[in-house]
Amino acid sequence: MSETRIVVVTSGKGGVGKTTTSASFASGLALRGHKTAVVDFDVGLRNLDLIMGCERRVVYDFVNVINQEASLNQALIKDKHSENLFVLPASQTRDKDALKEEGVERVLNDMRTMGFEYIVCDSPAGIEHGAVMALTFADDAIIVTNPEVSSVRDSDRILGILQAKSRRAKEGREPVKEHLLLTRYAPKRVDTGEMLSHEDVRDLLKIPLLGVIPESEAVLHASNQGQPAIHMQDQPVAQAYQDVVARFLGEEIPLRFTTAEKRGLLQRLFGGK
Amino acid sequence: MSLLRALFRSKSQSAAVAKDRLQVLIASERSSGTPAEWLPRLQKDLIEVIGRYVPVSPGAVKVEMERGDNLDVLEINIVLPERAGKAAS
Repeated sequence: MSETRIVVVTSGKGGVGKTTTSASFASGLALRGHKTAVVDFDVGLRNLDLIMGCERRVVYDFVNVINQEASLNQALIKDKHSENLFVLPASQTRDKDALKEEGVERVLNDMRTMGFEYIVCDSPAGIEHGAVMALTFADDAIIVTNPEVSSVRDSDRILGILQAKSRRAKEGREPVKEHLLLTRYAPKRVDTGEMLSHEDVRDLLKIPLLGVIPESEAVLHASNQGQPAIHMQDQPVAQAYQDVVARFLGEEIPLRFTTAEKRGLLQRLFGGK
Repeated sequence: MSLLRALFRSKSQSAAVAKDRLQVLIASERSSGTPAEWLPRLQKDLIEVIGRYVPVSPGAVKVEMERGDNLDVLEINIVLPERAGKAAS
């Protein structure tokens, strides 16, 4: 049995694309043949199930498993696209303290035993209990950041929390591996000096860049349909997420979609986007 | 430098301003946290250190901080106990 890696997708700030990223990243790992689980830590505000398109199949949730009211096998929902992917939905109604540290640890360890290679933890926004629980057991952290001041500052805050409260930090082990993922990137606005560039954000946060996801209308279409964005055929956003997964798995892939498309004379004359 | 850049920059190029602001903010938040976090500790430490040399009551050490855009002022006021007949500060 290969070792399990726990990957937290976090940001501090809300609305930057954590759940979109968790869904696509986990789907990408599964598409590449890795047995993967994606766990929603946002107790009270369950949304990963909607983005994954499995909301009608939720019976039991994470808190049921923690409280031993259901088994992991009962609660895990098999993804419709991949045999290798399972979703563990968050609880919708219970109190925020339902995520007890010992309980979370036990469930994650049970998933290790089940042979999951990757466990992707979709963190809630903020720096409260749920967000801390999502990062506590992480081996890797994907810091989802928008090229915008409040998101960059919040990412820096969450990095501080990661370096203080993760098990790896507390036990003095090798620190959690940090990866910067820029989302909602608009190359054209970067070129005109209206938006922070990926180099700017990397310089500010001082962590390695895992990828850049372009701003895209396809993300809304994807969530409307309950389909992770990585499945959107021929869309830059899907290809960018595929690159992210490949880089995470150790492949060296150059950045794409980070420069504005130059419009040719004909395009300019005859319009079109 | 920033001033020059600000003068010669068209209005829409605000990303550089964002970067400058974030650089300052992140550096200060990383090094020491926000003043709200460390001011009470500073005050406690001061009382303890000064108390080693002169008896002071906890209320006698006042720590105040004022933050401007370019300059922070940290004001520390210590009122020493009155000596026989005469107040000292």
